[in-house]
Amino acid sequence: MSHEALAITLFLLFVGLTLFLTVRASRQTKDATDFYAGGRSFSAGQNGLAIGGDYMSAASFLGIAGIIALSGYDGFLYSIGFLVAWLVALLLVAELMRNSGKFTMADVLAFRMSPRPVRTAAGVSTITVSIFYLLAQMVGAGALVALLFGLTSESAKALTIVGVGILMIVYVVVGGMKGTTWVQIVKAVLLMGGATLITLLVLGKYGFNLSSLLSEAAAQSGKGDAFLEPGLKYGTEAQGLAGKLDLISLGLALVLGTAGLPHILIRFYTVPTARDARKSVLWGIGIIGVFYLLTLVLGFGAAALVGSKTIAASNAAGNTAAPLLAERIGEIVFGDVGGTILLAFIAAVAFATILAVVAGLTLASSSSVAHDLYAHVIRKGEATEQEEVRVAKISAFVIGAVAIVLGIFAQKLNVAFLVALAFAVAASGNLPAILYSLFWKRFNTAGAVAAIYGGLGSAVVLVIFSPVVSGKGVGPDGKSLSLFPASVDFQWFPLENPGLVSIPLGFLFGYLGTVLSKEYRADKYTEMEVRSLTGVGAEEATPH
Amino acid sequence: MSTPREGREVNAVYEELRARPEFSELRRRFRAFVFPVTAAFLFWYLLYVVLSGWARDFMGQQVLGSINVALIFGLLQFVSTFAIAYWYSRYAGAKLDPLAESLREEARR
Repeated sequence: MSHEALAITLFLLFVGLTLFLTVRASRQTKDATDFYAGGRSFSAGQNGLAIGGDYMSAASFLGIAGIIALSGYDGFLYSIGFLVAWLVALLLVAELMRNSGKFTMADVLAFRMSPRPVRTAAGVSTITVSIFYLLAQMVGAGALVALLFGLTSESAKALTIVGVGILMIVYVVVGGMKGTTWVQIVKAVLLMGGATLITLLVLGKYGFNLSSLLSEAAAQSGKGDAFLEPGLKYGTEAQGLAGKLDLISLGLALVLGTAGLPHILIRFYTVPTARDARKSVLWGIGIIGVFYLLTLVLGFGAAALVGSKTIAASNAAGNTAAPLLAERIGEIVFGDVGGTILLAFIAAVAFATILAVVAGLTLASSSSVAHDLYAHVIRKGEATEQEEVRVAKISAFVIGAVAIVLGIFAQKLNVAFLVALAFAVAASGNLPAILYSLFWKRFNTAGAVAAIYGGLGSAVVLVIFSPVVSGKGVGPDGKSLSLFPASVDFQWFPLENPGLVSIPLGFLFGYLGTVLSKEYRADKYTEMEVRSLTGVGAEEATPH
Repeated sequence: MSTPREGREVNAVYEELRARPEFSELRRRFRAFVFPVTAAFLFWYLLYVVLSGWARDFMGQQVLGSINVALIFGLLQFVSTFAIAYWYSRYAGAKLDPLAESLREEARR
């Protein structure tokens, strides 16, 4: 059996299992709380795994291993930002949000504000962040099928994107939050299992001596000890000051973005109490932390055993480092058949990873369309639960279709920056609004609207005029390094990541919007403060 | 649904809870932990990022075989993240949860 056939078989097994769990979940999905928040009945451990499943995207798995394999240490900077970010969620957001919200991020923001403008802003921001993130994953799926199966034709990529899109719509529409959570759990277990197995095999090859693995990686990379130090990819000496500021900017966006990602925030609603929300984040931190330690070994292992040149020749961004490593270490330890099996397994895991993440994003954005925009803005709170859930399902179809079309359209574009942009937008618009809502008594409607639109707008505008969109020149392969062809150049903002400027701007807009408006609802803040800290009046789990 | 009904009556419950010494103590304990610890881990993280950009000779020093300062510093970020998460869960379990629970009891009466 070829590795392609085996990978497809394994992937179909994953799809079969998750569809079974989704259909089972659909039978227990009766009301809006079930659909949006899984009945708030998941345990902390289950939700912790699901947090890992939602968070460990293909960008984390294939992307970081690839950056480490090609540029060495700098990939590790990503892992650390992605992990430390969870402390913001743990200490400042998870429990308070669980106590004061209901289904979406906007529930917390609209708690003591005029609901319509705030929910509109939060809905716009949720959809924007989710679409950026979705698009990156969809394009990644198309690229992955080309890399792993040698199917480079446009139609094969387009077909993959359509398939991924249809599956994610099915998970969300049929299973709601319950089904989607089970998809995340299965994916997290598979991903951790696969990464652990490869890591142990690689470490075993080097007698469990990290130092000798690292020196072999440095030697094979052709870059010597510099491969083990920061500075080959981010803030290189050639980029000068702008490059180093870009490193800070990226670091800020990563560490502050997580606690503003809508698909992560709604995870806190799936458990019975704030205490369970805290515990599930602890589980999540454990799982995600271990996973990033594994990717470190995967990345350096790929450099040592496959070689940076071979990886770069297969994919310029290094996205095939982990699958190629799986094949190589399988061959070394178990012979040719072992290599085929491990490659197929990791390829199937990579697809499962993409599928789970896009399902989570589709659920978050369709929940926001139905609960925020439809039920509260259009129907002014008059819609019934059934109407809301029906609209959420219709929205999942529409968002899924939009993601499929954009994904096919963006197939040839360099969209790798979209994940970092999603984090920057979340950190610039959503996080200031959430933190001010939870901690600042004076905060009001104008402030919330200003923070979200101001942060979102400045992040997007700065990116449009940044080198990632135009003016970066051409790479060694003759292709433009920016989104636009090399002949177009309207770039004036020097940083690739807008966070360094747009995050402080988001907080500033929120502050100015608040103090320039007279609105001040002290009574509602009393309610929010008591409720968020004690859980009095918090939404309870539905008994089944 | 457990959400209290809207109106004056509900707000009176929250006003009353907020006026209790247990609530002030709960808020004080919560903020006394999360604000300084957040400032500390953000500083510690940004220090790491800044050193990665500007102190490359220091970060490149080899400590044990091929293991250099940059790798140890990065791994220490993992250690500190795990430690803070564990520390907070212990602190919340011992210092926050009992107070929150007694206030919820109070609200039920």
